[in-house]
Amino acid sequence: MAGPATRGLLATALPLIVKRIASGLLTLLLVSLVVFFIAQLLPGDMAQELLGQAATADAVAALREKFGLDQPAPERYVRWLLGMLTGDPGYSMVANMPVADVIAARLPNSLLLAALAALVSVPVALTIGILSAMHRDTRLDRGLNVATLSMVALPEFLVATLAVLIFSVQLRWLPSIALVPADASPWLILRALAMPVLSLAVIVIAQMARMTRAAIIQQLNQAYVEMALLKGIKPARVVLTHVLPNAIGPIVNAMVLSLSYLLGGAVIVETIFNYPGLASLMVNAVTSRDMPLLQACAMIFCTAYLLLALIADTAAILANPRLRNR
Amino acid sequence: MMNATRTWVKALPFSGRVGLSLVLLWLFLAVFGPLLAPYDPGAFVAHDVFAGFTAAHPLGSDYLGRDVLSRLLSGARYSVGLALAAALVASTTGTALALITAVSPRWVDEGISRFVDTLISIPSKILSLVLVAVVGSSLPLLLLVASITYFPGAFRIARSLAVNLAQMDYVQVARCRGEGAVYIALREILPNMIHPMLADFGLRFVFIVLLLSGLSFLGLGVQPPDADLGSLVRENISGLGEAAPAILVPAIAIATLTVGVNLLIDSLPGRGRRMAGKE
Repeated sequence: MAGPATRGLLATALPLIVKRIASGLLTLLLVSLVVFFIAQLLPGDMAQELLGQAATADAVAALREKFGLDQPAPERYVRWLLGMLTGDPGYSMVANMPVADVIAARLPNSLLLAALAALVSVPVALTIGILSAMHRDTRLDRGLNVATLSMVALPEFLVATLAVLIFSVQLRWLPSIALVPADASPWLILRALAMPVLSLAVIVIAQMARMTRAAIIQQLNQAYVEMALLKGIKPARVVLTHVLPNAIGPIVNAMVLSLSYLLGGAVIVETIFNYPGLASLMVNAVTSRDMPLLQACAMIFCTAYLLLALIADTAAILANPRLRNR
Repeated sequence: MMNATRTWVKALPFSGRVGLSLVLLWLFLAVFGPLLAPYDPGAFVAHDVFAGFTAAHPLGSDYLGRDVLSRLLSGARYSVGLALAAALVASTTGTALALITAVSPRWVDEGISRFVDTLISIPSKILSLVLVAVVGSSLPLLLLVASITYFPGAFRIARSLAVNLAQMDYVQVARCRGEGAVYIALREILPNMIHPMLADFGLRFVFIVLLLSGLSFLGLGVQPPDADLGSLVRENISGLGEAAPAILVPAIAIATLTVGVNLLIDSLPGRGRRMAGKE
């Protein structure tokens, strides 16, 4: 692979990828504007909320000045944005500590959960996707279609409550609350995380398998597949040695995009299992109207989403010869 | 008319007919459910909390000893009604904006598309959480939040349909005839995109049912004394340890509704399977 061919690929793909990164950054900037603007719609402000109705006008004004709330909105936006970029997204009123510290305590937990869920779902989804694509329009494919189609429409809390009922209430295998002590052994951590990971995986697998199937079927419709089949190569071999290497870009694209379902799923799953992650933190921020914390969490989720989309598109660019030669 | 409907139903695959029956059942329950309820949904009627399936209470009793079946029948109205209204607003807004971009100068299209692309880059649950934190969760505001969260998806599909249709010969002819932009949008373009948009409306409905029941489950959606199916799951969460029907029944009820719509849409003729999904 090394040599002129690789260099040629990089030279043609790099400008496309750089362009894609630039457009992603622009979108992120616009998203931050939307998130900031929505938060401005809140009647009253942080100072009023913090001090309550009984506060004197002077006390509110003093606190407003301390947080810089007396400045015009554009100025506050710029300061908030610069703060986010330098790792200081403000002060959480409810936790009474810097937002950065609150998030730093939770973020690794969520990343661990997401990584494990991805690790479980990718092989399962890949298998289902390949199986149903290979047996297209047979009874197996139709059965898997109805199954994944139904799973896609399940509410997350049904999956999670069923998991608790089966594994924790009936079988008594697993704890129903994912509270992990700091000094727990890896085995205990895995046991505690098993059900949240399982629930998240179920949500992601269905979507991922459907998109994988679509990506492979698109390849199966190409002329070279028909040629290989006409030459008498077994269908299973055609899929594994001819189609999969060509479909790797679209498959990676499909898988990374479906991983974004982890973001929404985590909101419910972390809450139901009392898991100390970023999504349950965000739900708490909504309940307590802790806007600085809420805005920071929202921006982290949006950044993660845009990052996944960026990776997915980069995979598509690298894998698509037509895009490469443009 | 009767015959056409019968042929249409017969053409559906088995999964489609299951979906259609579930959809019709839930529409019926949303309209007539409260009339069929054996008890007042707010009354404490059972001797036991978290009771199982009995003759007096076919779906058990909840954490306060209320009848689960009666509460389910009155909750269906909130889940189905609110989601239908929000899906209608989202689809109509998306389609209207798409028609505007199709017949307007380029800068209008670019402005609206850029704005919608920004909204669509915010994961739907995250966007609705931020919105709920700011505007609160009364019923009209929940409708608004769900519509804002899901109109961008409808706009994207409608726009790609409308932009293609705007290039068609018959639209060019209408333009040469000197027809106005409103006529072209409503008479030439809209009728030809109505079918895919109806299927998309079904998907919006599923997303919104899941979103609103998820919010209610988190305690951020429909507020007591009103209760949709998601609230029923939330208020009975303490019955999980004893495997009470009160928590499982409403959760499964939501699933039959959303799975039903999904199966029906997937089996509609001339529709690719790839479109069905969550977002």
